[in-house]
Amino acid sequence: MDSMVPKIRIQGVSYWYSGKPSLEGVTMEIPDKAITVLFGPAGGGKTTMMRLINRLNDMVDDTHMTGSILLDGEDIYAPGTDVSRLRRRVGMVFALPLPLPGTIRDNVLYGPRLAGARDSARLSEVVERSLQQAALWNEVKDRLDAPAISLSGGQQQRLCIARSLSLEPEVLLLDEPTSGLDPISTAKVEESLFELRERYAVVIVPHSVQQAARVADYAAFFLSGEMVERGNGPQVFTSPRDKRTEDYVTGRFG
Amino acid sequence: MNRSVVQTLGFLLLGFVALVVVAPILLVVGTIVARGISAINWQFISSMPHGGMREGGILPAIIGTLLLTLGTALVAVPIGIGGAIYLSEYARDTGLTRAIRLAIVNLAGIPSIVYGLFGLGMFVLFFRFGTSILAGSLTLAIMTLPVIISTAEEALRAVPQEFRTVSASLGGSRWQAVRNIVLPQALPGIITGVILGLLRAAGETAPILFTVAAFYLPRLPRSPLDQTMALPYHLYVISTQVPGMPLSVQYGTALVLLALVLSLNVVATVIRSHFRRQRQW
Repeated sequence: MDSMVPKIRIQGVSYWYSGKPSLEGVTMEIPDKAITVLFGPAGGGKTTMMRLINRLNDMVDDTHMTGSILLDGEDIYAPGTDVSRLRRRVGMVFALPLPLPGTIRDNVLYGPRLAGARDSARLSEVVERSLQQAALWNEVKDRLDAPAISLSGGQQQRLCIARSLSLEPEVLLLDEPTSGLDPISTAKVEESLFELRERYAVVIVPHSVQQAARVADYAAFFLSGEMVERGNGPQVFTSPRDKRTEDYVTGRFG
Repeated sequence: MNRSVVQTLGFLLLGFVALVVVAPILLVVGTIVARGISAINWQFISSMPHGGMREGGILPAIIGTLLLTLGTALVAVPIGIGGAIYLSEYARDTGLTRAIRLAIVNLAGIPSIVYGLFGLGMFVLFFRFGTSILAGSLTLAIMTLPVIISTAEEALRAVPQEFRTVSASLGGSRWQAVRNIVLPQALPGIITGVILGLLRAAGETAPILFTVAAFYLPRLPRSPLDQTMALPYHLYVISTQVPGMPLSVQYGTALVLLALVLSLNVVATVIRSHFRRQRQW
C-alpha cells in the first residue's frame, strides 16, 4: 500500500456550511487501484468529503473551504479548472438508485453522449463493457431497450454504477451504494467492487461497519468532521490506534 | 352527537359543496346549448356575416380569433418558457430576481381593460401598427405571459432535483441537464399551462376592443397589419349594438365560442393525463 502513488491527495481541508463547520483539517491520501473506505457515524463529514472530490458541492450556496485537493498532483479547485471534465474523471454513485428517464441503454450512454460521443459501434461497445464491469450484463443484455425503472432496486443501482463507468473514470466514489438493497444485491455490488478496484481508485462510504471491514484495503474513520485515524483496512478494524475508533468499530456507539 | 353521525354529516356537506361547484358549469353549457343549437348549421359557421349580421355567418370572427390566438402563442410561449427556465434553473435569490417575480405577479393583476388601453397607446399608436392582428396579439401576449411563466416554472420545479444532480455528476452542464432531462419531463405541465393561458386569451374582449376588433368586416384578414373580427367582440356587438338580432343567433355565436374554448381545455386534459401515465417519478 505504501508504494502506491496517491491518486488523490487531500491536504488540510476544512469546510463550512453557512458558517457551521463540517470538516476540520482533513489530511489523507487515496491510493489508485484500491478500495478506500470512509466510515463513521452519521454527520461525520464522509459524504461531504466525497462531494468535495468531484466538486458536486459547487451546487450548494453559502459554503467555505480551506485546504486543497489534488488529483494526480493537480489542484482541482484551481481557477479555470474544467469541472465537467473533472466529473467525467471522478464518477459518483449515490445512496438511492437514481435511474434517469429512459431505457437501460439510454442510462448507460447518458454520460458519453453528453460528452459528444456519436459513433454507434463504439457506443454499443461502451454499453456492454460498462454493464459487464457492473456485473449486470448477463441480466439485461436481452432487454437493453426496456425502461430503466423496470429493473429491481439492486439492478438499478448496478445500472447507476455502469452509468458512471461508461465515462471510463479514473476514480469512482460510492456513497452508501447498498443501503437500500437486499443482501443478495448487496453481495453482487460488493463483488463488482472487487473487480473495479483492479482498474480504478474506489472510494466508498459503507452503510455498516461490517461492510467496511469486508471491502476495505485502506480505511479512514470520520467523527464529527475530524478524520480521527487512517491506515490499512485490516489494521484499522482489528487493532485501531485511537480509542474512539475502537469504540465505534466494536459497537459501543454509532 | 356521536362520531359516525358527525362523519356522515361531514361527508354530506362536502358532497353538497362539490355539487354546487359542478352545477354552474352544467347550467352554463346547458343553457347555451339549448338556446343556441337551433342556429347552428354549416352556413352559419362558414360564411361571411349577412342580413345585417342577423342571419349569422361568423367565419371571419372564428378565423380572427384563431389568428389572434396563434399570434399570442408565437410571442408569449417562447418568452414565457424562456423566462420560466431562467427563474427555475439559473436565477439565484437576489434583489433582481425578486423584482422580476414581483413584476410578474403585478402583471397578472392588471385588469384586462387596462391592457386594452395599454395596447392602444403602445402598439396601435406609438409603434404605429394601427388596429391590427399584430397589435392585438402583442397585447394579448403580454396579458398571457404571467400565466405561462408561473405554470411553466412550477412544472420545472416539480422535476426532482436528483435528476440534475445525477446529470452534473456525469459531467453535464446546467443547460444540458435542462435540455435533456428537466425540460422533457416538465413538458406536459408546461403544455397544459400554455393551452390554458391561450384559451383565456382567446375568450378576452377588453384587450382586443381598441387594438384589433372590427365591428363589421365581411372578409378574411389579408395580413398581420389588417383588422379582423373576433368572436368575443362579435358576441358583444350582436348582443347590444344590433337591434332586432334573433336570440338564437346570439346564443349560437356563444355556443361556437364555448365549443372552441372547451375543446382546447379537453385537449389540455388529455395531454396531461397521457403524460402523467408515462412519468418516471
